[in-house]
Amino acid sequence: MIRIDCPYCGARDHTEFSYGGDASVPRPDIACEDIKAWSDYVFLRDNPRGAHSEFWHHVNGCREWLIVKRDTATHEVAAVLPARGNMP
Amino acid sequence: MSRYSALALAVKALGGNRTWPRVWRDPEPKPSYDVVIIGGGGHGLASAYYLAREHGITNVAVLEKSWLGGGNTGRNTTIVRSNYMIDGNTRFYEKSLQLWEGLSRELNYNVMYSPRGQLNLSHSKAQFDAAARRGNIMRLNGIDSKAMLRDEVRRFAPYLDFSDQARFPIYGALWQGRAGTVRHDAVAWGYARAAARCGVDIIQQCEVTGIVTKNGRVRGVETTRGAITANTVAIVVAGDSSLLARMAGIRLPVESHVLQAFVTEAVKPLVDTVITFGAGHFYISQSDKGGLVFGGDLDGYNSYARRGNLAVAGDVMAEARALLPHLSRLRVLRHWGGTVDMTMDGSPIIAAMPVKGLFLNGGWCYGGFKATPASGWCFAHLLATGEPHPLISRFTLERFERGFQLDEKGAGPEPGHH
Amino acid sequence: MSAAPFRLKTGGRIARERPLSFTFDGRRFEGFAGDTLASALLAHGVATVARSFKFHRRRGIYTASSDEPNALVSLGGGGRHEPNARATDTELFDGLAARSQNCWPSVNFDLMAVNGWFAPILKAGFYYKTFMGPTRGAWRVYEHVIRRAAGLGKATLQRDPDTYEHGHLFCDVLVAGAGPAGLAAALAAGRAGARVIVCEQQPRTGGQLLDQPADGPGDDWRRRIMDELAGLATVRIMTRTSVFGAYDGGTFGLIERLFDHVREPPGRQPRQRSWTLRCGHAVIATGATERAIVFANNDRPGIMLASAIGSMINRYAVLPGRAVVLFTNNDSAYDVACDAARAGAAVTLVDVRRQPPAKRSGRCRDAGVAIIAGHGVIAAAGRKSVSGVHIAPVDASDDTRFLACDLLGVSGGWTPAVHLMSHRGARPLYDEGLACFVPGDMSPGQSAAGACAGAFALSACIAQGLAAGREAAGLCGFARTRKPLRTSIEIDDAWEMPIEPYWASPVNGRTKSAPRFVDLQNDVTISDIELAHREGFVSLEHLKRYTTLGMGTDQGKTSNVAALALMAGLRGCAVSDVGTTTFRPPYMPVAIGALAGPRVGPRLQPRRLSPMHDWHRDHGAVYIQAGLWERPWYYPGPGESLEQCYIREARQTRKTVGLTDVSPLGKIDVQGPDAAEFLNRVYINGWKKLAVGKARYGVMLREDGIVADDGTTSRLADEHYFMTTTTANAGAVMARLEFLLQTAWPDLKVHVTSVSDQWAGMAVAGPRSRDLLAGLIRDVDFSAEGLPFMGLAHGSVRAIPVRILRVSYSGELAYELYCPAGFGHELWDRVFGAGADFDLVVYGLEAMGTMRIEKGHVAGPEIDGRTSAGDLGLGRMASTKKPFIGSVLMRRDGLRDASRPALVGIRPVERTQRLSAGAILCEPGRHEGHGIGHVSSITFSPQMGCDIALALVSGGLAREGDIVDAVFSMRDETVAVRIVNPVFFDPGGERLRG
Repeated sequence: MIRIDCPYCGARDHTEFSYGGDASVPRPDIACEDIKAWSDYVFLRDNPRGAHSEFWHHVNGCREWLIVKRDTATHEVAAVLPARGNMP
Repeated sequence: MSRYSALALAVKALGGNRTWPRVWRDPEPKPSYDVVIIGGGGHGLASAYYLAREHGITNVAVLEKSWLGGGNTGRNTTIVRSNYMIDGNTRFYEKSLQLWEGLSRELNYNVMYSPRGQLNLSHSKAQFDAAARRGNIMRLNGIDSKAMLRDEVRRFAPYLDFSDQARFPIYGALWQGRAGTVRHDAVAWGYARAAARCGVDIIQQCEVTGIVTKNGRVRGVETTRGAITANTVAIVVAGDSSLLARMAGIRLPVESHVLQAFVTEAVKPLVDTVITFGAGHFYISQSDKGGLVFGGDLDGYNSYARRGNLAVAGDVMAEARALLPHLSRLRVLRHWGGTVDMTMDGSPIIAAMPVKGLFLNGGWCYGGFKATPASGWCFAHLLATGEPHPLISRFTLERFERGFQLDEKGAGPEPGHH
Repeated sequence: MSAAPFRLKTGGRIARERPLSFTFDGRRFEGFAGDTLASALLAHGVATVARSFKFHRRRGIYTASSDEPNALVSLGGGGRHEPNARATDTELFDGLAARSQNCWPSVNFDLMAVNGWFAPILKAGFYYKTFMGPTRGAWRVYEHVIRRAAGLGKATLQRDPDTYEHGHLFCDVLVAGAGPAGLAAALAAGRAGARVIVCEQQPRTGGQLLDQPADGPGDDWRRRIMDELAGLATVRIMTRTSVFGAYDGGTFGLIERLFDHVREPPGRQPRQRSWTLRCGHAVIATGATERAIVFANNDRPGIMLASAIGSMINRYAVLPGRAVVLFTNNDSAYDVACDAARAGAAVTLVDVRRQPPAKRSGRCRDAGVAIIAGHGVIAAAGRKSVSGVHIAPVDASDDTRFLACDLLGVSGGWTPAVHLMSHRGARPLYDEGLACFVPGDMSPGQSAAGACAGAFALSACIAQGLAAGREAAGLCGFARTRKPLRTSIEIDDAWEMPIEPYWASPVNGRTKSAPRFVDLQNDVTISDIELAHREGFVSLEHLKRYTTLGMGTDQGKTSNVAALALMAGLRGCAVSDVGTTTFRPPYMPVAIGALAGPRVGPRLQPRRLSPMHDWHRDHGAVYIQAGLWERPWYYPGPGESLEQCYIREARQTRKTVGLTDVSPLGKIDVQGPDAAEFLNRVYINGWKKLAVGKARYGVMLREDGIVADDGTTSRLADEHYFMTTTTANAGAVMARLEFLLQTAWPDLKVHVTSVSDQWAGMAVAGPRSRDLLAGLIRDVDFSAEGLPFMGLAHGSVRAIPVRILRVSYSGELAYELYCPAGFGHELWDRVFGAGADFDLVVYGLEAMGTMRIEKGHVAGPEIDGRTSAGDLGLGRMASTKKPFIGSVLMRRDGLRDASRPALVGIRPVERTQRLSAGAILCEPGRHEGHGIGHVSSITFSPQMGCDIALALVSGGLAREGDIVDAVFSMRDETVAVRIVNPVFFDPGGERLRG
């Protein structure tokens, strides 16, 4: 069980959250019309072994989207931030 | 190199089994090869074998960072089947099943292809209809399939939960009789032996640390056992594809996830076929040794850790007990995890990369094991000719940007949901 | 009932005042409370209790712990039948019925033992080299035979009558193992004030102290510590509880065996309970496992681990032999030798070391033990059980002499139980001095104490436990206590002499052909390891997989290290170069039922029920599963079939009025000044001009331009919208909207709230719906002008507030009524009651489907995660004036390809022919490949008087009028169908706008 310290609710099992994938890819502006830019955003991933910045949604808690810094090799969590105000 | 047979077993036994040769040679890496295949799992070894066997290219090295078959080849639940619906997948997986059927004799190594059939359960009419579409497509492509309604499923597998206790009553099933299981380790060993016999160098404990490119062309690899030059380099490291591709500056539409598998203590024959639960994600079969082998859903987050979490184990056990209530007192002996390449549409990538001379075979998601022979067969064709074999023509890297995803499940660009 | 000839008159920790009766293979025996099945059988001199996996060799009881490789039996009967139970940790209870397994006709005369004759052929991996002919399919035949021969016990086909629970535990310090180290750690941490949970897999605490003579200094120490722990309110001790796995984030899996030590759980109590425990820090104090030494015929009944003999004597008052030989390479067996001699056995101790430990030797000689140093056991003699051993000097294996004995104890040293420390990937290190693997880098949040950390003396165990407990409490924020702990123990068992690594005795001329087993359960011999080495399976993982070594129910706990060392010897490398096994949870086998917990049968997943569920149930609804929802499928009259019923319901709805439950639709409240802009971005169509009091149909795409969901959204007020989604996608749409607002567009002032469970919904459809509702809801003007198509109104029925949307899924004049969920049943009742005057019919999901297909509306079978808006005939809805989710990627080539299958209607050319969902559409006579499309939704249309269907076909409506084949190849069935417009009924929409 990965323990995620939700900034709003406290430490919880990861099973209270749902995973939202890589949080490091900047999202193109809604007005951007470039297929390549959107396609890279939607499909391509660094997928690192090690430090990973990722979205988790506290779906069975406060329903906030969080950015979790987690190591993909050890599952150790280094930091948990609200996504609001911390987007790349 | 001695041929395997019952007679050979008897003769060698008389000699105290002292003259069995190595199953594959253990050479030092040469400084240069025509083709370097990174990854000594089933797919890499199969690719090397078919390169030598079908295309006469034998100056080939297979580089394995650890021990042969130690990745997903040795971690999966051994199920093989060809019940794919999407054009681009159907015939590829059927080719694979056809190769499985003759593989033991082709390799002179018993990989124990056991066509015990797979029962794909559906639990609602809508699910049954979707399965019917799949079954009909299979038939149109010459693949065996059969739709069964509840009563027929019951006659066939009476030990499933047909009681009024079932949360998701069984509505029907799609049956593929030629589906089944294959002894997973034997696939790696059998291909390794056959490839080595053709002259391929299989080099274990040799980790690739860099891919050398020059002017947009691949020139070789750096390894923990020295540099090796080659004009053709193939990445066949499902699980770690992104890491290797990045060595050549390429980002992939892949996330690495952990998928668990479970085995129970050995018991006498209890489950005769492969069964998949349709109201969750659960699949089970029984190994020849007697252990029930089963698995469920991904743990659900990026991971290279090759170990699973407890919550998913509980979910899988609950589904096991839901489908086969009598398993309750059987004990789980081990559970383990493998790293799977989850692509953005659930289908693999077998294609030339943007760097000339560099090729990728990966993105196998859940389903790589069953594809091993066809994957190697088609990939060898690609490596030898530079042209994709028609069976893999849709497994390109560009399909995402161009809008030709092969989404068997319809889950979209959310790798964890395929 | 026979006497127990090997039971000692005194001593042990059994309750002699509580005799128990049990059976083994139908024979009645007597034991005592506190016995295990193994100790009770040994007390009666039962030597052979099992047969081995491959060669069906006789096997006895080898250990006194859960590490047992040999003594596997079947317990219980009926649904409680349990194969592969270890006799050695099965607590005896009155009426216990055990049976031997994997033998025929009996454990003492097993015909399958003929396998042993073929042992030279049945070497490691022999099956990879044969069974390949004469034909490709031959393996299936061989496999049939092999599968029946393999496996151990038989599993039951009956349902387990017992129940299981799952619980959650939280603590500061987990202590795994309540031996001396664990108890000391618990005391130190508890004294500091930490919340401590101590888990002990045995029925009582004490660990190795229980193997000391009863009422000695070991018991004194244990009692003292236990008394003090009992006074600490924050310490909880859980016995019969195994920590089976270490997981991320300080999570551990526990199994508590509540009632395995009685015949069946009393009352309705659970048999076992699985726990998920989270702790701040864990002290692993899991002890060590004694391991074997390999020699010829080392599997004979009567051969045990030395420590198991100690356990039998001191715990169970059983001395399982009269003439005992102990074979060791370390000091620990000397204490067993003393105990055995004091219990009355003639004992000879054979030590491979030339120089035996002085103090221990003295004690042994005083007890009458003969010591033969510098010798090893070359072979065991005896057929049914051990009758003696051939020993020889370690450097002259042919110079043998014979010692008669009826019990042989073996100690090859100790293997620390590092499993829990390795489950998260940390690798143990090989310690040459101790000849064992000890913990290396620790996983986060763990420390080790005692024998599992390589401390083999009691005083060291206790000191390590205290230190680890103090440190763990400190890491959890508890200051160390000042009060000194009185924890010293008056037993000096420190090793005097180092262990001498000795894994296998050499062969000599006499023993050349006898098997030497490394893994007893799977019959893996040294020659198998040699063969694996010869063939190149030299890494430990290859060795295990090729030979099946360590893959049995015991996971090779007593054998793996020897195998590793033997392979290292063959390779001429250090043990550490061969590698270590990857330790996988569970530490010991765990029942599937226990891990599943209470999620059994109907409780596998929650059931979602509509607020009107009781009404449907009371009115004979047949339900259908739709995800987690249970929805009314149809409401059959007496003797009515599904088809008769839905046709009646649909026909009646189109004729008068129908009522159906739409509560499961997803409902999302969207509020804020930027709500319109937000909707504009998430839907493909425009929302800026939607007036208050109006509703609009919307389609959402995924980021990649594929249709994600559809539904109607209405504008309740300037900054307030009410969105509906499909039932299946309700959760995903909500999560997605939250994602966009919180991450992509935090500048938009919008808040979304899921109100799916807060609102009940029902649709009233049909030509008389207006009249019905106008009479019921008096405060709303239902005229065409007052509440036009796609209009919204607020009204009330008595005190029930009702939100009325004039939208239509059925294609009829229709309204959706929404009210607070708690009033749902009441409102439904009132609509139903008022409907009596209008020939109202209640209809279920099937009739709803019929009417939506007649109208060409898409649903789940069409929105299947692969279709674009264009494919579904919704392309023209997409605005070209604004960006929206998916607006760029929907323009990718692949999604604009003209050959993509697109939505059409089909009907059989021959009206009486039936259609099947899942049929593939093919050009006539070209039934191959993937055809040109497929049939997605079918129904019998009461309006058309024939089967109709929606389908996706290449070219779409450009092919209207063409005749193609609908092929159901699994039934060899082909129906010629005509491609038609998907709107079969009322294409102009006069009825719904009326």
